[in-house]
Amino acid sequence: MSPEAKKNIANLPEKWLVTTSPHLRSPETVSQIMWTVVLALLPACVAGLVVFGWYAGLIMAIAVLSAMLSEAVVQRVLRRPMSVSDGSAAVTGLLLGCCLPAACSWYVPAVGSFVAIFVGKQVFGGLGRNYFNPALIGRAFLQFAFPGQMSMAKWKMLMRKPLLESLAGNIFNVGAGTPADAMSAATPLTTVQPPFPHEDMTSDITPLEAVGRSLHNTAENPWDVVRDLGLGNIPGCIGEVSKLALLLGGLILIANRYVNWRLPLAYIVTAVATVVLLPVKSGGDWYGLWAGQWNVVGQLAVIHVLSGGLFLGAFFMITDMVTSPTTSRGQVFYGIAAGVLVALIRVYGGYPEGVCYSILLVNAGRLLIEKCSVPRVFGTGLKKA
Amino acid sequence: MRFGLPTFRGGTHPPEKKELAKDLVVEAFPIPGLLAVSLSQGIGAPSKPVVGVGDEVKRGQLIAEPGGFVSAALHAPTSGKVKSIGECPHPVGLRANGIFIEPDGADEWHPDAQQELSEEQVGALDAKEIIAKVGAAGIVGMGGAAFPTHVKLSPPPDKKVDTVILNGCECEPYLAADYRVMLDRPEDIVKGLKLLVKAVGAKRGIIGVEANKPDAHERLLREVRGVEGLSCKMVAVKYPQGAEKQLIKALLNREVPSGGLPMDAGALVQNVGTAVAVWEAVGLGRPLTERIVTVSGECVERPGNLLCRIGVSLGDLLAARGVRPGARRLISGGPMMGLAQWNVDIPVMKGTSGVLVLDEPAPPKGVACINCGRCVEGCPAHLMPNRLSVLGERERWEDMMPWNVLDCIECGVCTYQCPAKRPIVHWIKQGKSELRLLKMKAEAEKKKKEAPKGVPAE
Repeated sequence: MSPEAKKNIANLPEKWLVTTSPHLRSPETVSQIMWTVVLALLPACVAGLVVFGWYAGLIMAIAVLSAMLSEAVVQRVLRRPMSVSDGSAAVTGLLLGCCLPAACSWYVPAVGSFVAIFVGKQVFGGLGRNYFNPALIGRAFLQFAFPGQMSMAKWKMLMRKPLLESLAGNIFNVGAGTPADAMSAATPLTTVQPPFPHEDMTSDITPLEAVGRSLHNTAENPWDVVRDLGLGNIPGCIGEVSKLALLLGGLILIANRYVNWRLPLAYIVTAVATVVLLPVKSGGDWYGLWAGQWNVVGQLAVIHVLSGGLFLGAFFMITDMVTSPTTSRGQVFYGIAAGVLVALIRVYGGYPEGVCYSILLVNAGRLLIEKCSVPRVFGTGLKKA
Repeated sequence: MRFGLPTFRGGTHPPEKKELAKDLVVEAFPIPGLLAVSLSQGIGAPSKPVVGVGDEVKRGQLIAEPGGFVSAALHAPTSGKVKSIGECPHPVGLRANGIFIEPDGADEWHPDAQQELSEEQVGALDAKEIIAKVGAAGIVGMGGAAFPTHVKLSPPPDKKVDTVILNGCECEPYLAADYRVMLDRPEDIVKGLKLLVKAVGAKRGIIGVEANKPDAHERLLREVRGVEGLSCKMVAVKYPQGAEKQLIKALLNREVPSGGLPMDAGALVQNVGTAVAVWEAVGLGRPLTERIVTVSGECVERPGNLLCRIGVSLGDLLAARGVRPGARRLISGGPMMGLAQWNVDIPVMKGTSGVLVLDEPAPPKGVACINCGRCVEGCPAHLMPNRLSVLGERERWEDMMPWNVLDCIECGVCTYQCPAKRPIVHWIKQGKSELRLLKMKAEAEKKKKEAPKGVPAE
């Protein structure tokens, strides 16, 4: 440097910050992503509150608090850096709360969230190192640990009572029998679960009529049934009932590029296509597609898209960044594989719903699928000129 | 299949920040009291000084000759006296020497330089003569890499170059030097392009300009209109659109084979600034002694595009343009691929496209990869940076090979986008150099084994 510049130069730092390039970083952070996912889930949670009443809110709150507390305690005990504020535990807790029945006992979300965080996540090394979706690990555990509680999805509670009365009535009543302010109804998926015919699905009514009957105890206009399925005025788990709210949340995630639209689309389309393709018999005769009953095929497709946890799973569970493949092509394979599994469980399995297990099963194959879908590296595999 | 402007798959779009300097007219930077011409201007062997301490030199006089095949000649940036020849701080942190010149203020040209040729004389030059003149003028790639241009213009006879591409993308944020050249000297760019096309015997020349510089595109378009074989095309605004291989993909839809050079895809890419230097060398007989440097960044008081002599120190530029309090980083080049500097005594090199002073703080400590796939989606080389980063974190360098680590172009898209703030490209760079060391070690061992055993001494 020339001597005159040496005299004139000012405001130089004592030491320049020297790092490798790039010297700019995008403002996006992990905790921003996680808290946005929480935000995107809120519409579905609000819908759950409206459909199931205040007690559902308590279940979700316990799930979230238990998840965050478990994360803090486990990290303290294992002497890991504390990362409760990054929002990933809140996402896990809220997702678990969303896939619980509104009528379960208060300790169900508490235990479930602990298992989700400890077994589902921290045992593997924490955020980013887990192979399975933690919330679904928690849910799968609860399915075995409290089968009675988990089957309470068939209850539909209505917000008829004031906040305190509703909470008090349910906390002291649940476990003893019917929730205080609940109505019983079969879930739509139970109604359309083969083998046919059964109590709800006799051979002389269409699937939509059967679902309508189970929901309202009268055979109504099929469009009313579709509307109820879409808006969430049906029995089910807290966060899974309102498809409209879940779609809104899913669009928030897609708009933020936290979700590649191909994955939920591949999952939903494959699931429904496989459900209608799988051969089913009704009283010894072929049923649906294999009998050329196009009306039934269409109705079954609508019911399967809009029932159970498919939307919640498609937009919030299978798309969990940590446990899904990073390649675009891999995500499509992934959605297709999970969709086939859902259909197999729904049609031939012992449970009416298969979203949870289908996703846990493809979680196990994530690295394999990713490896099979690695893009062609630029400049390799070219034809010799 | 793709709609819109030609481009490549991948990439990102960092804030452009061009507004700080893009509308500022190029100013000549006054010659300071000392110039330091580094002998290691770019890739390749250091140049060999041909002047001694105390010698009087004139502007454009040869002061160092190429030190090998891949090396460039150096010329005195102004008239004055050689004060010393010795260690000179280098942007890459190399131990390198430089020639220090004390200007005499007269700034007189050397008689050998400035031999202007008429249009007919230029037209009569053949490829060999053009390449010789380019080499003698010490021209290197001015986009940043500073690879000697005459070497690039001399491909082996079995490689046919059919297209010369001029790179007017300037996809790095902040930088505006190329933009100003395109606005101010479109006719010289095209003259340089014609010479380059002739030098490699190509059929056509294409100028690629990013769509965020429509005025530059328009001016160049006006110059090439009606000239056979020349064209000017807009490409999508995306980083790293100006990377050689990505630009070739966008304009020619050809991929440079892995491990190969642009000539393997029949292309030659030169920066628009280099084209002007080529014209000046051939048409005006002027060696490369100055270049336009964008001085910008949040912490520069008066940003500008400065025409400054090679050898002006970064400190000279900063003293003249003012540094704001809060400066943290000094970058030579752009913010995405530029080099962080630790010393204001480092001189401007032939490849220095920008000098940035930024307040960007140190990145937070990275956390575990959350598999978001931003890096996979953005990688213009279509690698899996997520996998490479996990291997790099564990220092499993050899396991990086099957993941094509050597195809990384180090553009930094993965690291820029990573929400977990992982220093991905840092690990990749380290992996590449560790692998290079391992390879050298293995070769040395093999040689030792193969060498005949020495006859035992009696």
